[in-house]
Amino acid sequence: MADNIVEIDNLSFGYKGRLLHKGINMSFPRGKVIAIMGGSGSGKTTLLRLIGGQLVPTQGEVRVEGQVVHKQDRHGLFHLRRKMGMLFQFGALFTDLSVYENVAFPIREHADLPESIIRDLVMMKLNAVGLRGARNLMPTELSGGMARRVALARAIALDPSIIMYDEPFTGLDPISMSVTCNLIRSLNDALGATSILVTHDVKEAFSIADYVYIVANGVVEAEGAPEELRQSTLPFVHQFVHGEVDGPVPFHYSAPDYRRDMLRGQDA
Amino acid sequence: MLKRLAEVLRGMGHRIIDRIWRLGSGARFFLYTLIYSGESFRRIHLTIREIYFTGVMSLLIILVSAFFVGMVLALQGYNTLQKYGSSEAIGVLVALSLVRELGPVVTALLFAGRAGTAITAEIGLMKTTEQLSAMEMMAVSPIARVVAPRFWAGVVSMPLLAALFSMVGVLGGYLVAVPVIGVDNGAFWSQMQANVDFQADIVNGVIKSVVFGVACTMIALFEGFDAPPTAEGVSRATTRTVVNSSLAVLGLDFILTSFMIVT
Ligand SMILES: Nc1ncnc2c1ncn2[C@@H]1O[C@H](COP(=O)(O)OP(=O)(O)OP(=O)(O)O)[C@@H](O)[C@H]1O
Ligand SMILES: [Mg+2]
Repeated sequence: MADNIVEIDNLSFGYKGRLLHKGINMSFPRGKVIAIMGGSGSGKTTLLRLIGGQLVPTQGEVRVEGQVVHKQDRHGLFHLRRKMGMLFQFGALFTDLSVYENVAFPIREHADLPESIIRDLVMMKLNAVGLRGARNLMPTELSGGMARRVALARAIALDPSIIMYDEPFTGLDPISMSVTCNLIRSLNDALGATSILVTHDVKEAFSIADYVYIVANGVVEAEGAPEELRQSTLPFVHQFVHGEVDGPVPFHYSAPDYRRDMLRGQDA
Repeated sequence: MLKRLAEVLRGMGHRIIDRIWRLGSGARFFLYTLIYSGESFRRIHLTIREIYFTGVMSLLIILVSAFFVGMVLALQGYNTLQKYGSSEAIGVLVALSLVRELGPVVTALLFAGRAGTAITAEIGLMKTTEQLSAMEMMAVSPIARVVAPRFWAGVVSMPLLAALFSMVGVLGGYLVAVPVIGVDNGAFWSQMQANVDFQADIVNGVIKSVVFGVACTMIALFEGFDAPPTAEGVSRATTRTVVNSSLAVLGLDFILTSFMIVT
């Protein structure tokens, strides 16, 4: 077995009976950037929550550093989470704290450091995302893209060994996008971390990821290095990678036939 | 017909089980808050900050209300007492009504409206915007970091606010009774001093306000924490905070009073 920091083994999960994941297997080798791609609503955010132990799988398990996440008690779970940093899809900044205090939050909570060192750490992280000048703003005074970058700085504040990014590129302008893209790669290599990158952006993901999983219909439909996937002749992968409208991937959330739905009128 | 009856019964059962379920999770939430309190005491500045937000920011409305309640008490009390020729007892009447009942109860009702709703809305929104999830992912317990400091702030603030309420209320009563109506100044205070008992009146009043503090703050926190993460969910939770806190305060007041008067 290779040195996998996170392993997902035959994982099934569903909200309220509707099974979202139907037996997913993935492995995340230490030190790599792994992208998880898939359409909207395919359960990518949910997958990150399962890795973080916020949800309990219906079947199968997630192992982080060899430990089954959902079998940990609170203490063990918090111990594992201390090694993880997560960038939430909508930032999830603490609205009652300034940008500076948001980034300082995990440091203050977990390390008993003098204020001058905290300040240095916070400045370094904010500088990395290009927002050192915005340190005194409140989260409500930030644009969506800026908030996301602050959230990124907060996620890496404690130099985690697993960094999870939930859609880090949405809402970024082209420049911040390529800066963030390079940042993810360089952070990964500088910290010796493992990055799990959830995204729809094929171009960005393929440019920095070492390995890509494409999920659809609750299973891993395709996986491989970016180059392999680009060359793939599987119709599904081809459609996804090249963003074509026609193909095996449905755009709609599963629903009854459109024409019948419309004709049925109000009582549906 | 029978089917309809079964449906009604099933619906009722559902609702009752739902309530009991919520009561259970509320109790568990309370227990966790107590367990994590130690963790939050280590960073006492969080609690102090919340005392400012819940306690100090509620001062104005509570003091103004207390003043008016005291004045009205004096007017109404004088109106009745003078028929029996004992208008000097007005001081006792005002003080006892305030210390025993109106101080703790009205303070708690105002507190639920002013601070309780703010707590519920804030926590509900933190949940909606995934701030609580983010905290959990950073291996920080939201109960220790967010809930426990607010809980203790409420528990500490309530008796202090109730004491201030009674004090200002007595002052309001005095201003109406002595300078305006013309009750004898010495009689007003000496009767009050002679007839207000420390144990039976003041301590019992404080006990009440501590209990109301626990109930109101806990309800506000739980409703916020339990709110569905949507705008509608948070607004409903806020309403429920006011309704449930008020009912809890009035119900608890009856229970506590009956114990205090019997023993
Ligand atoms: N708390 C919840 N309760 C019930 N269903 C949920 C919940 N959260 C998500 N879902 C459902 O699970 C499915 C997957 O959600 P998820 O957020 O994981 O998708 P996603 O892949 O991250 O999508 P996107 O790319 O749009 O962010 C969705 O169809 C959604 O309806
Ligand atoms: Mg998502």
